[in-house]
Amino acid sequence: MSQLISSYEQAISKPAIKEKIGRDGAIQRFFIAVIGLYLLITLAFPLYTVFSKAFDTFYYDLSQFSIQVSNESGDFVEEPINLQELNKQLAIKTIDDLKTKSDGRLSLLDFFPDYSFKSPIKYRLQGLTDDTTFLYGSDRNKGKVSVEVDSNSFRRILIRPVQERGFGNFTKFFSTPALSNSIYNSLTIAIISMVITVSLAFWFAYALKRSCMKFKGFFKLVAMLPILVPSLLPGIALVYIFGNQGFLKDLLMGESIYGPIGIVMGSVFFTFPHAMIIISAALSISDARLYEAADSLRASKWRKFWTVTIPGAKYGIISACIVVFNLVITDFGLPKVIGGNFNVLAVDIYKQVIGQQNFQMGAVVSVVLLLPAILAFMIDRYVQKTHVAGLSARSVVFEPKPSKVADAAWLAYSSFVAFFIVSILAVCQFAALVTYWPYNLSFTLANYDFSKTDGGGWGSFINSIELAILTAVIGTVVIFLGAYMVEKTKNFTKGRALFQMLAMLPMAIPGMVLGLSYIFFFNHPDNPLNFIYGTMIILVISTVTHFYTVTHLTAVTALKQMDNEYESVCSSLKRPFTKLLGRVTIPVCMPEILNLSIYLFVNAMTTVSAVVFIYSTDTELASIAVLNMDDAGDIASASAMGMMIFYANVAARTLHAVASRSILKRSRAWRTQS
Amino acid sequence: MNDFLKIKDLWKLFGNFVALREISLDVKEGEFVCFLGPSGCGKTTLLRAIAGLDIQTRGSVSQAGKDISNLPPAERDFGIVFQSYALFPNLTIGENISFGLENQGVDKNTIKERVAELLDLVGLPEQISKYPAQLSGGQQQRIALARAIASSPGLLLLDEPLSALDAKVRVFLRHEMKKLQRKLGVTTIMVTHDQEEALSLADRIVVMNQGVIEQVGTPTEVYNKPVSLFVADFIGEMNQITSKMNDDGTVQLFGQAFDCIEHEVKAGSDVIATIRPEDIFVVEKDTTIEQSLVVKVKEMEFLGSYWRCSLAIDSGVDGNELTADFSINAVRRCHIVAGGNLRIELPKNRLQVFSAA
Repeated sequence: MSQLISSYEQAISKPAIKEKIGRDGAIQRFFIAVIGLYLLITLAFPLYTVFSKAFDTFYYDLSQFSIQVSNESGDFVEEPINLQELNKQLAIKTIDDLKTKSDGRLSLLDFFPDYSFKSPIKYRLQGLTDDTTFLYGSDRNKGKVSVEVDSNSFRRILIRPVQERGFGNFTKFFSTPALSNSIYNSLTIAIISMVITVSLAFWFAYALKRSCMKFKGFFKLVAMLPILVPSLLPGIALVYIFGNQGFLKDLLMGESIYGPIGIVMGSVFFTFPHAMIIISAALSISDARLYEAADSLRASKWRKFWTVTIPGAKYGIISACIVVFNLVITDFGLPKVIGGNFNVLAVDIYKQVIGQQNFQMGAVVSVVLLLPAILAFMIDRYVQKTHVAGLSARSVVFEPKPSKVADAAWLAYSSFVAFFIVSILAVCQFAALVTYWPYNLSFTLANYDFSKTDGGGWGSFINSIELAILTAVIGTVVIFLGAYMVEKTKNFTKGRALFQMLAMLPMAIPGMVLGLSYIFFFNHPDNPLNFIYGTMIILVISTVTHFYTVTHLTAVTALKQMDNEYESVCSSLKRPFTKLLGRVTIPVCMPEILNLSIYLFVNAMTTVSAVVFIYSTDTELASIAVLNMDDAGDIASASAMGMMIFYANVAARTLHAVASRSILKRSRAWRTQS
Repeated sequence: MNDFLKIKDLWKLFGNFVALREISLDVKEGEFVCFLGPSGCGKTTLLRAIAGLDIQTRGSVSQAGKDISNLPPAERDFGIVFQSYALFPNLTIGENISFGLENQGVDKNTIKERVAELLDLVGLPEQISKYPAQLSGGQQQRIALARAIASSPGLLLLDEPLSALDAKVRVFLRHEMKKLQRKLGVTTIMVTHDQEEALSLADRIVVMNQGVIEQVGTPTEVYNKPVSLFVADFIGEMNQITSKMNDDGTVQLFGQAFDCIEHEVKAGSDVIATIRPEDIFVVEKDTTIEQSLVVKVKEMEFLGSYWRCSLAIDSGVDGNELTADFSINAVRRCHIVAGGNLRIELPKNRLQVFSAA
């Protein structure tokens, strides 16, 4: 034994063998580095700037100035006095008065109660530190500069604040009820929407997977429709239905649709498909043997439901809850349209940044919004990790048995849900085609003449298509290659782990926060990438990054199904891995690759939050146009544009379905297992 | 013959876990070597180190006189067949086999001929335009083999190539593989946990356990002269009897002293005495010879060509049982029946002792 130990020590004392990096290894490392760098630049660095901005506070440091006042004949006889001293003596400004924003300017007149612009008195202002900054007219003076002015010009002197790091902005956020109430509001609507959506979606998915109801294909299709429109659109429809001139206004019994009721109804609409997909996937993983065992033990239906069905679908339900919660709390478009005076965090960011130009406060709200999103994300990761696949190779697929009464009930329920979804879309389409809802219902195409309204006209629609195509193509290439490198390369473990972490991050970052971070990061004059600001490139980058995680995970799942030894065989045959990628990996994964690209396309068409801060007049988008037209009161045109997004997505999905089918057909020979 | 592959003082560490410890091994040109051991013994790790798929932490590997210790797989000279075969699912059999030929500047016709020749060699000439999923497991295995040898590599590595197949196909393909290897003369290393496979295929077997080589030898050597209790136990059936050494070098079994194969175990120490079931002989009734004792036949199990018998030793020591395999002839001749008594011989040159520590 001691001999073994000494030989072990001898062995580990020698340096480990370093593998010579072959051509493949070099190319793979290069790719990981490039895509990793991409994620650092488009995600990590911008996010850092948001945090950093949130802690930036500004105040006027009066001690940086001294001022000397002359006598009536213009001679400076008195000694100069420090401005802070002066303020102390006269007690003019309190500490709170001296807090300001980054662009604050303070006139000095307040410190001289006897000031008159006609008086012959002269003033001499002296900066005392190298950082002291003040404006004289449009001249910016920095450092230990002194300026001598007459009374009239003294009005034109404005001093600038200094920057400080601290929790000042957070203190202000939490001590201003108008701001901090939004936390409560956001959580409330997110939780209510989550409960309603997940309940509705669960029974809908249950009907699809566990009953023999008719028209399942139709219901599945209808349930997916909300994904194809921006979240603003249900808001617009709800205004038409329940708004001040809404034809079903009385149903609300005096309550207003503008506020939590509208947000919750709209949220249920746009989050429904997400919850439905996740829960149906969970419900389709069922083992008929468990039900047979329960039957043989004479379990009641109720007991079977709680002991077999619910435990089996538990992880799907939790996952759906988290997804819905996250979608609602981070959504901006819907509360913007229908929220009224009901403030939520996502809209607050917009108001602070666009309305008040208060970037620091926008950053603070962003950080606050990040917390629930990150928490939800962490719960989800934890749940996914502990979740063990419930289906083994031996499982027997559950086949529902027909039952007249139950199937009829399921059909009625599904029809109700489908009716709700279709009505929302139908109302928008109808409103878009009439002259003036609800007073003049004659047919018109005038609402499609977008040139007469805010929002960039038809050009914005073209821009959206361009963005969606670019996002789909570039995103798919980047994300699939990234996933390939993470999943299929060996060695370089640390780099791959870091990459994997970065790839998971976007899921936890609300679109508004990402967009804001892009303003801070890319619009900074010292950033060499500043030139992409205001172009289509930055929109593509932000959209790809925003939807990175889901697509990355889809690609990883597809790649996991590929035998890891393909790469080993390929290198033993002395072929570069790129050959394998092109001839085997990509063709085999083609259906999943198409899924990635259609996902990116649809999301690029509908997203508002990720782009609302960074579009420019040249790159206005259809979804943004809907927002702006609604803001300007052109609600019919907003509906028209919203429905155009819908039709574009329908066309894209149809194309995708045709392409997928033909690929599967051509590859049937080798996909079938013997 | 020269040493084609030389492995010297090879270590593989995963963090603090030692997967391979001080492995040194020489493989001759044209030899068929099997790495045999239980799962987790490091045999696949060693194969992957030789291939460069997971490079060793320390130690050197050289092939055909060239140091390949740190080369990536693409710069080494080997073909490999995995347990999963890893056939490219969307390429036809022909395309799978020619995948590695296409980069060598060979013209299309030559590749075509070579593919046809390889398909002939593995006995599947008709399957060229089918897809892997359309073939049976055994056929897929042969295609994987054809792909691995397509560009005539100097070394053929087989990672449990037969274990995904059912028993009959496995035996058939074992023969086919052996024939093919002889024909091509390619140096071959196969990893397996199936001792029967190793015994029937290999020129030499490398028995591994917990990251170290226990024994290297021909099949008959490792079977008949195991160097450690592990090898004795792992390969074939083995009776193990806890006992003590006597001062004169004999081993004390069932209250009797038995001579055994020469050993280096100290007198008076605890040992495990071993003997294979088929090495226990029946002694004709009423004859008394050395190295023999009387036992009671507890149970008999008919296994086709022989009987497996559980023998209880009537020595007052509890739990002492031996398993013996008797031929049908012997059973008939000596009237062996369950419940009857019997005299058996434990021949000196079959009884081996190992230190119990």
